[in-house]
Amino acid sequence: MHLSMALLLSALLFGVGVYGVLARRNAIALLMAVELMLNAANLDLVAFDAWFKDTLHAGQVFALFVVVVAAAEVGVGLAIVLAVFRLRETVAVDELRQLADVDPVVRVDADS
Amino acid sequence: MTHAAWLLPALPALAAVLGLFAGTRVAGGPAVPALAGTGVAFVVSLLLLGAVEGSPATVHESAVAWTPIGGQTLHVGTRVDGLVAVVAVMVCVVALLVQVYSTAYMAGDPRYSVYAAEVSLFTAAMLLVVVASNLFELLVGWELMGLCSYLLVGHYWQTEGARAAAVKAFVTTRFGDAAFLIGIFVVGGHAGSFEIGDVVRSPGSHGAVLTAGAVLLLGGVIGKSAQFPLHVWLPDAMAGPTPISALIHAATMVAAGIFVVARLYPVFLAAPVALTVLGIIACITMLGAALVALAEDDLKRVLAWSTVSQLAYMAAGLAVRGWTAGIYHLLTHAAFKALLFLAAGSVLRTVGTNLMSEMGGLRRAMPVTFVTALVGAAALAGLPPFAGAFSKDGILDAAHERGGALGTAVYAVGLATVLVTAAYVTRMVVRTFLGDYRGNAQTRLHESPLVMTAPLVLLATAAVGLGLPVLPDGWGVARWLDAPLGTTELHVAAGGVALSTGLVLLAGAAVYALWRRNPAADPVAVLGRARRPLAAAFGVDAFYDRAIVRPLHALARGVLRVDDGGLDAAVEGSGATASGLGGGLRRLQNGNVQAYASGLVIAVLALVIGVSLAVAR
Repeated sequence: MHLSMALLLSALLFGVGVYGVLARRNAIALLMAVELMLNAANLDLVAFDAWFKDTLHAGQVFALFVVVVAAAEVGVGLAIVLAVFRLRETVAVDELRQLADVDPVVRVDADS
Repeated sequence: MTHAAWLLPALPALAAVLGLFAGTRVAGGPAVPALAGTGVAFVVSLLLLGAVEGSPATVHESAVAWTPIGGQTLHVGTRVDGLVAVVAVMVCVVALLVQVYSTAYMAGDPRYSVYAAEVSLFTAAMLLVVVASNLFELLVGWELMGLCSYLLVGHYWQTEGARAAAVKAFVTTRFGDAAFLIGIFVVGGHAGSFEIGDVVRSPGSHGAVLTAGAVLLLGGVIGKSAQFPLHVWLPDAMAGPTPISALIHAATMVAAGIFVVARLYPVFLAAPVALTVLGIIACITMLGAALVALAEDDLKRVLAWSTVSQLAYMAAGLAVRGWTAGIYHLLTHAAFKALLFLAAGSVLRTVGTNLMSEMGGLRRAMPVTFVTALVGAAALAGLPPFAGAFSKDGILDAAHERGGALGTAVYAVGLATVLVTAAYVTRMVVRTFLGDYRGNAQTRLHESPLVMTAPLVLLATAAVGLGLPVLPDGWGVARWLDAPLGTTELHVAAGGVALSTGLVLLAGAAVYALWRRNPAADPVAVLGRARRPLAAAFGVDAFYDRAIVRPLHALARGVLRVDDGGLDAAVEGSGATASGLGGGLRRLQNGNVQAYASGLVIAVLALVIGVSLAVAR
């Protein structure tokens, strides 16, 4: 199989992930989309490893690292989503805007 | 006894501290610490006078090391000789009488407590100048007096005039003090020590350095002693309470300038140029101030101008080497000028105005004030046997003996001033006490209480008594005053006294005759249009206003404009610019995580495309 097929699949997966991150409102769907993007990268790593016939299989090793880190990340992410849901009773990210800069900062200078 | 001289400034200073912080809580009121402090200092000064009698040349010095400065040690201590003892008694007497008088004059004043404490501090500062053994110690007292004059002249600070006068007194004397400080550095550096003993012991070569130092010292002297061209503050200082005028004009402040010249006289003797400068300034001031006093309508300002004129006599006496005569005039002047001011205060308090055009005929209502003021006036005019006559004649005699251009000038101007002095003194007396009452005071005119008239009687006694020791051939004051080498002895020649007495009587009779012709009118009206420049004090104030005050105000306004329009605008503008730029960026932070992520993706895409294009080219 040609390398480009794997890269094409990876790019498609990444695109789906980006779309999910940017367009979905549900925080859990967001986490899943991030997972898609990570695994698109994993696919690239493994594909290049096979294509270049790397004796150390660095690509595969890296893919394993990414899987482990992603698992940890999802653990933390889901915990945050749970905490947010308990507090706000919603997981829609566009409703969670408490960090917005809404109130104008008071200017401190000689005239005030 | 002389080792206790440090008590002189310490006691009034203690009274001042006590009065400032606990004045109203002391049993018996704020007058108690003030009177006690000055009273005990007076006793100490009398004991000191007794200790130095007969051996005025002996110097009693006691000092403790204070702090090292640049290779030598600065001492604080006292240095007592005849001059110091005599001047200390003079200061204490006047200060004590002023304190006694003030208890009645300032009765009911809401700030009497602070006032009494400030008078004590003023006395302490002057006594510190008098007993100081070190130029820097002297400077401390000197500057403290500047502060006290500011506080006391501005005692009625709710009035615009008092505030302006206080600032004027402070700034004008500070102007001279700047020169004085540099003069101390130059003279002390020349002598290699700042101890007064070392400075006067070895004036050294008659070099240009010493001359420069002496002239710089004179800057401070003419500021404090209100000589031309720094005399402008003294007449305005009349905005303060009248007892303060007595204190400033007789015992403290203006006396300090003359005292310092006398104290450091060997320095000035070694720098003849400085003495010549002093003589020229004195000649201008003497006659000019007397002429202005002739046209002034405000009773207190007449006395103020007469002080300027009389101080010029002392300065002239010192300038022509009449050291003893100059100091003697300082003493007699302290007596009769304090007397005249306290009498003026007694009058003002009764009629409620300073203007002589609203007085007249007060001799019937206020007999004690009238008689004592008459004594003071006769002493000021220089009529024997009142004290001022002999001291003034001593100065004129010294000028005559000195000869040369300077001596002749001082002698001629001095005689002319005698004439003018007699004229304005006569005018002052007839306008205030004789004739009919011209004012419109609602209350019945009455004599002042005993607390105010008693100091008048005591000072009148002094104004007569101080003249008497000169009459026998012992030349009384010489028992306490040891003139430095190279000065003229005090002489009072019969011919000289006769000449000046003749001039006094001539001018006095002329003014009296003018007044008799029309008792309601001002005798000085006979001068016609020549009166206007005199009443305007020769336009010196107006000139300073145009030449110094207004340009400075314009400069200040310009600086303000640059500050507001330039510096402030730049600072505020940069702040506003940063806020405006930040305001645009703040909009991006809307709290939507997905919007941030979109920005991130777009930025990465743009970066990738940009780099790709750049590499492909």
